[in-house]
Amino acid sequence: MTAGSQPLPLTFVRREAVPAAPPPSLVAGPLAWLRRNLFSSPANAVMTLAALAVIALAVPPLLRFLVFDAVWTGENRDACRAEVIGRPVGACWAFVGAKINYFIYGSYPIEERWRPNVFFALMAIGVGWMLWLDAPKRAWGALYFFVVFPVASYGLLTGVPSLGLPAVPTALWGGMLVTLIVSLVGIVASLPLGILLALGRRSRLPIVRLFCVIFIEFWRGVPLITVLFMANVMLPLFLPGDVTVDRLARPLVGIALFSAAYMAETVRGGLQAIPRGQTEGAMSLGLSPWHRMRLIILPQALRIVIPGIVNSFIALFKDTSLVSIVGIFDFIRTIESARVDPAWAAPTVVMTGYAFAALFYFVFCFGMSRYARFVERRLAAGQTR
Amino acid sequence: MPTQLPADAPSGPPRVSPFYDPRIRGAAYQILLLLAVGVVAWIAIGNAAENLRNARVASGFGFLGNTAGFDVNQTVIPFTAATSTYGTAFLVGLTNTLIVAAIGIVLATLLGFAVGVARLSPNWIVRTLATVYVEVLRNIPLLLQLLFWYVAVLASLPSARDSYALGTSVFLNQRGLYLPKPLLAADAWALPLALAIGIIGTLLFRAHARREQARTGRRLPVLAVGLALVLGLPLLAYGVLALLGIAPVALDFPIKGTFNLRGGMQLYPEFVALVLGLTVYTAAFIAEVVRAGIQAVNRGQTEAARALGLQPGPTMRLVVIPQAMRVIVPPLTSQFLNLTKNSSLAVAIGYPDLVQVFMGTVLNQTGQAVEVVAITMAVYLTISLVTAFAMNLYNRRVALIER
Repeated sequence: MTAGSQPLPLTFVRREAVPAAPPPSLVAGPLAWLRRNLFSSPANAVMTLAALAVIALAVPPLLRFLVFDAVWTGENRDACRAEVIGRPVGACWAFVGAKINYFIYGSYPIEERWRPNVFFALMAIGVGWMLWLDAPKRAWGALYFFVVFPVASYGLLTGVPSLGLPAVPTALWGGMLVTLIVSLVGIVASLPLGILLALGRRSRLPIVRLFCVIFIEFWRGVPLITVLFMANVMLPLFLPGDVTVDRLARPLVGIALFSAAYMAETVRGGLQAIPRGQTEGAMSLGLSPWHRMRLIILPQALRIVIPGIVNSFIALFKDTSLVSIVGIFDFIRTIESARVDPAWAAPTVVMTGYAFAALFYFVFCFGMSRYARFVERRLAAGQTR
Repeated sequence: MPTQLPADAPSGPPRVSPFYDPRIRGAAYQILLLLAVGVVAWIAIGNAAENLRNARVASGFGFLGNTAGFDVNQTVIPFTAATSTYGTAFLVGLTNTLIVAAIGIVLATLLGFAVGVARLSPNWIVRTLATVYVEVLRNIPLLLQLLFWYVAVLASLPSARDSYALGTSVFLNQRGLYLPKPLLAADAWALPLALAIGIIGTLLFRAHARREQARTGRRLPVLAVGLALVLGLPLLAYGVLALLGIAPVALDFPIKGTFNLRGGMQLYPEFVALVLGLTVYTAAFIAEVVRAGIQAVNRGQTEAARALGLQPGPTMRLVVIPQAMRVIVPPLTSQFLNLTKNSSLAVAIGYPDLVQVFMGTVLNQTGQAVEVVAITMAVYLTISLVTAFAMNLYNRRVALIER
C-alpha cells in the first residue's frame, strides 16, 4: 500500500504549542463600554452619531429657553419683552409666579381659600394612606377615602352656611382644584362601579351579563368628548324640567361612567387570573357566593391588578383636561385664559404657560407610573425564583 | 298506584326553600334589574319628551335635509354654505375624521415601531433617547400637546411672505404646509389600472411563493418582485404615456407671490397640528406595545435561529417578529382605536372633524341634541366595532394554534 492510499485521519492532533495570543485590548473600563455599547458596528456608530446630533439639536435650546434665558421675577409684561430688558428672553416664569394662585384656585374667593387648602391636606392624608402599602388600618383608610373624605370635602368646598361656611358656587371654582376634584370623583366613583360591572360581566345570569357587556362596550367605544357633550346637553333633558344640574356635576357623571367601563375591564383581567381552584376551595369550605367573592377572590384579583388600576388612573387624570372643552375652568382652561391677559402680553408667555402645565401633569403621571412599577416589583417578590 | 318511596330516600336534587334556590334567585335578580333599567329609561324618556316639547324642538331626523348656512374651510367633498345641508355637513365631518385617523394611524405605527425597536437597542444613547421620548409624551395630556403644536409652534411660524422653504416647492408658514399637488389628466386612467394590476400580481406571486416554499423549501424574493410590480408597472405606464406625448400627471407647484402662496396643495395648520399631535402621542404608546411584544418572545428562539446559521436580520424578520406580532396585535388595535377616538380633540383647535362640525356647529344651530349626540356616538361605536372585528380576524390568523 502506498502512503497516498492511506485512509484519511479522523482525528487531528496538534503537536506543537499555539503561540500565546495578545490579551484583548479592551474588555473593561469606560473605553470598552463605549466600544461595546456605542460603536460595536458601523451601523451602530451611525446610530450613535445620529442620536448625539438629535441631543445636540434639542437640549441646548431647551435649557436656554427654560433656565438660562428665563425671566424669574417681574411685575408685568415688560419684564418678559426682549426689547425692554435688552436681552433674549426664554421662559417667562414671572408670569407663572404672578398667576399661580389663579392656576391653583381659579376664582375661588380669596378669603375662603383656606378651604381648598384643607381639602388638599385631607386629600394628601387619604392618598398617602391608600398608597402606603404597610400603612396601619388600611381598611379604615379605604372607608375614609371612599366615604368620609368625599362627603367632608363636598361640605367644605361648597359651604355649609349653618356651620358658618358661606356657600361658594361651583362656577367660581377653577384651576388645579377642579382638575384634582374631577380626577378624584372619577377615581372614587369608577373603582366600585367598575368592580360591580366586572363581576356582572362574569356572572352566570345571562341578562345581567348582557347588560354589563353592552354598558362596558358602549362607553369604551365612544370618545370622552362625545360623552362630555352628552352629559352637558342631554343630562338636563333626562331630568324633570324643574331640576337643574350643576354645571360642574354634569361632566363628573360622564367621567365616572366612562372611567368605570375602563376600570371594569382592568378588574376583569384580575378576576380571570385567579385560578378556579380558589373558588372551588372556598366552596368546599361552605362559603356563600358573596363571601367567596369578598373574602377569597376579590382581594387576590385586586391585588394583582393594582398596576393596571394605577394606569387607568393615569389615563383618567390626563383625560380630565377635556372638561375644559365643555367650559369647566380646570387647570388647562386657567392657563388658556391667563395667557391672553393683556397685562402679560409677551411673546414667550404662551410657551411658558404650556411648559408649566406640562410639568404639572408630568410630575403627577410619572409619579403614579413609578408607583405602579414599585408595586408590581413588590408583588412579584414572592414569585421570583 | 306508584310505588311508595321510603321517606328518607334521596329523590333527585335536595329540596331547598324557593327563597334559597339559586335558579329562582338568579331569575329574580334579573327581573329586578330589567325592571329597574326599564323604569329609569321610561322616566328619562318621558322627561326628555316633555322637556323637548316645552323647548319647542322638533324631534326626528328631518333637520338633516335643511340648509346648513355655515362654511367649512377644509373639505374633500363639495360643501357650500348656501346650498349644502346638515346631512352634507355630517359627511364632511365624517370624512375629515377618517382622513386624520387614517394618516395618523399609518404615521404613528411607523414612528412607534421605530421607537419601540430603539428602546431595545444595544446602543445606550439610542435606547435612552427612546425611553425619554416615551416617558415624556405618555405623561402629558394629548389636549395640552395639541394646544402646544397649534398655539405655540405653528402660530409662531413666519407669515406667508417669509415662509420656510424646503427646496423650491415645499413651504411652511402660518397658513399651513404647502405641497405640490398632483393633477390627474384625462388620459391618466392607465396609471391606477397599472397600480391595480401590480397589486393583484403581487398577491398572486405571494401565493405562488408560499406554495413553492412548502413544496421545495426555496424562498422566492416576494418583496423585490412585489416592489417591482407595484412601483414598476405605474412607472412603465407613465413612461409609455410620456413617450406618446401625453403628460398623465401634472404637478401643480405652489408659487411664492408677493403676499401669498398660489397653487399647490395647502394643508391647514389645524390639520398639521392634529396629525402631528396624534402621531407623536400615539407613537409613544405603540412603542411600548412593540417593546413588550418583542420582549415576550423567548430568548431561546433567537438563539436557536442563530444556531441554525440565520443572520440577525432574517432572525428578526422570520423568527422573532412573527411571534411578537401575536402579542402586539391586540393592544395595537386598541391604540388604533384610541387614535381614532382621540381625533375628536380636533374640536379644541378647530379642525372640522365630526365632533367639531356636527356636535359643535350643527348641534348649536339646530338644538337637536338627542339626534345629533346619538348619530355622533353611533358613528364612533361603529368605527370601534368594525375595527375591532377586522383586527380580530387578523389576530385569529396570526394566533398560536395549540394542540
